[in-house]
Amino acid sequence: MANILALAIPQRGALSPASYELIGAGRALADALKAPLTVAVIGGNAKALAADLATRGADKVLAVEHAGLTNFTEEAYAKAAAAAVAACGATRVVLPSTVAGRALAARLAILLKAGLATDVAEILPDGKVRRGYYGGNLIAEVEFKSAVAVLTVAPMTFPRAEPKGAAVAVEAVAFDPGALKSELSSFKAEESREIDLGAAEKVVSGGFGLGSAEGFKPVYDLAHALGAAVGASRRAVDSGWIPYKHQVGLTGRNVRPKLYVAIGISGQIQHLAGMSSSGTIVAINTDKDCPLMQMASIAVQGEYAELLPLITAEIKNRKGHAVAA
Amino acid sequence: MALHIVVCVKSTPSSVNVGVDASGQPKIAGVPTALNPFDEFAVEEAVRLKERVPGSFATALTVGPDAAAEVLREAIARGVDAGAIVSGPEFEGGDSYATSLALSAAIKKLHGEKPVHLVLFGKNTSDVGAGVVGTQTAAWLDWSSASAIKKIDEVSETSATVTRQMEDGLDSVKLQLPACLSTVKEINEPRLPSLKGKMASKKAVFPKWTAADLGLQPAQVGAAGAGSVVVKASLPPARPAGVKIEGATAAEKAAKLVDILVERKLI
Ligand SMILES: Cc1cc2nc3c(=O)[nH]c(=O)nc-3n(C[C@H](O)[C@H](O)[C@H](O)COP(=O)(O)OP(=O)(O)OC[C@H]3O[C@@H](n4cnc5c(N)ncnc54)[C@H](O)[C@@H]3O)c2cc1C
Ligand SMILES: Nc1ncnc2c1ncn2[C@@H]1O[C@H](COP(=O)(O)O)[C@@H](O)[C@H]1O
Repeated sequence: MANILALAIPQRGALSPASYELIGAGRALADALKAPLTVAVIGGNAKALAADLATRGADKVLAVEHAGLTNFTEEAYAKAAAAAVAACGATRVVLPSTVAGRALAARLAILLKAGLATDVAEILPDGKVRRGYYGGNLIAEVEFKSAVAVLTVAPMTFPRAEPKGAAVAVEAVAFDPGALKSELSSFKAEESREIDLGAAEKVVSGGFGLGSAEGFKPVYDLAHALGAAVGASRRAVDSGWIPYKHQVGLTGRNVRPKLYVAIGISGQIQHLAGMSSSGTIVAINTDKDCPLMQMASIAVQGEYAELLPLITAEIKNRKGHAVAA
Repeated sequence: MALHIVVCVKSTPSSVNVGVDASGQPKIAGVPTALNPFDEFAVEEAVRLKERVPGSFATALTVGPDAAAEVLREAIARGVDAGAIVSGPEFEGGDSYATSLALSAAIKKLHGEKPVHLVLFGKNTSDVGAGVVGTQTAAWLDWSSASAIKKIDEVSETSATVTRQMEDGLDSVKLQLPACLSTVKEINEPRLPSLKGKMASKKAVFPKWTAADLGLQPAQVGAAGAGSVVVKASLPPARPAGVKIEGATAAEKAAKLVDILVERKLI
């Protein structure tokens, strides 16, 4: 019998809102396969975290808690995940498409003799899934041949499960990691308190058209006014105007925000590969014929240095009114 | 101390801007192939480890059609010592599950001949792009693994300390060797092939292993051994036609843009 397991993995002891998307994706799969949905949390404090997930529409909630799971390592988490799978007889396991989620999915797929699909963007009514490949130029429709399958879901794609109704009792899953071949010895947080690109609802990106590192100043201002993460094209990164971690595209991050604003970016295929499935795409560019202006939902022709401060001021102005009203 | 490093490399289409063919699969017939771009970083790291630990040996390994041997030549040109190809009709149509099994069997064979300490992988392939084969290979071997590696801080014949790039910062992870490491492009800046390397690559000959050579059954590899199959490829849906914002002044354009964003509940 089919059984769906959405597996939430905390980072530094906390769950991100992506965990609610995981339940949303699990629910879509459970409906497609007419199967019950189990949600499990793995971690050093899994029981406490599971309580937050217990009201969001799952049929069963599991917690795999152990001091050895405080930090993410592939082996220990894969063993814990296998314990959760055994506890509910899961035939489909849903994980997030993060560094940890992807690695865990990869190990788990072998442990469970399961087919694997990563970066799933759509779950079809018959249980097949769709994912982008060839740098986003194509969409693959994937069918699993194995009885059990593992999938990681693309961020910002599935609805976040809301709290509703009474909490399901959290069941603890007994787990012993045994001897392990790897351990985490330290963690150094990234200094910036910027919004992470991959999970951002809004992204404002700058390109070579900004002309210099200073050109990113009005880009950051606009991003702050919108509450957006900051992205960049490779040419801007290669010019040394902004660190690589901001790069969007084939050799950078894949983003799928509700709003993507591209400023001074021409829209070469390698850039589009990382952002073309965004919701509303705004292009701001002097060249009305460049690929990004052609594909944009909203194309604004003009000089960025002139337009950005006006747009930022206009947004602040309206937000101010909204507060007053 | 000396290390044996295996680096897994794949031959991928040199352009991923492809359409769909009559059978509903990616139209890649005739598209030139090359070393998967992310694998350049894994190859470079193997060569740097050789420089760091004198006496070390690096072997490039690929699963693919006979023509994929070109990526082994490319790896030799970049400084790797030897290569091996896993090839045969039985491997066609494999997914990451079947490919990682084939890689693990070939690594076991290499390990038997000359004990392996580290297996390096690229971040992901440019065609299927799942970023999972390295970890799956480790799982088949029951070796330790870590992905998103941006630095190999310390390495001996029995353990390594590596820096892992997480979304929120850097993890330091200590692993028992042998281990499989999936890299990210921040790990190094690949150098171009040297003249000496190019000469060596022309002369290199590579052992070719079939499923039988690796002790695998035909049912375990290729399409038969896959856990998933792409039943159909399609083009992404066309985006609806966009709005062009015009206005006499920049202020008018800015106001119009914000109007639309508010209307769409994006502000
Ligand atoms: C293997 C490979 C991988 C790659 N990976 C990536 C990747 O991951 N991400 C990526 O982005 N690129 C990638 N690229 C590079 C890509 O091909 C382009 O070179 C790059 O995206 C161009 O960046 P850009 O649009 O900022 O620059 P340009 O193409 O130079 O465009 C600059 C734009 O700014 C506009 N402009 C100029 N002045 C102004 C002004 N005052 N106000 C407003 N607009 C102005 C211009 O009209 C132009 O459209 C890759 C390339 C290769 C070969
Ligand atoms: N057919 C293959 N032969 C050798 N190595 C491969 C093959 N496929 C994938 N790899 C390795 O695994 C990494 C991740 O691949 P993937 O999971 O397909 O994104 C690649 O960067 C390569 O290092």
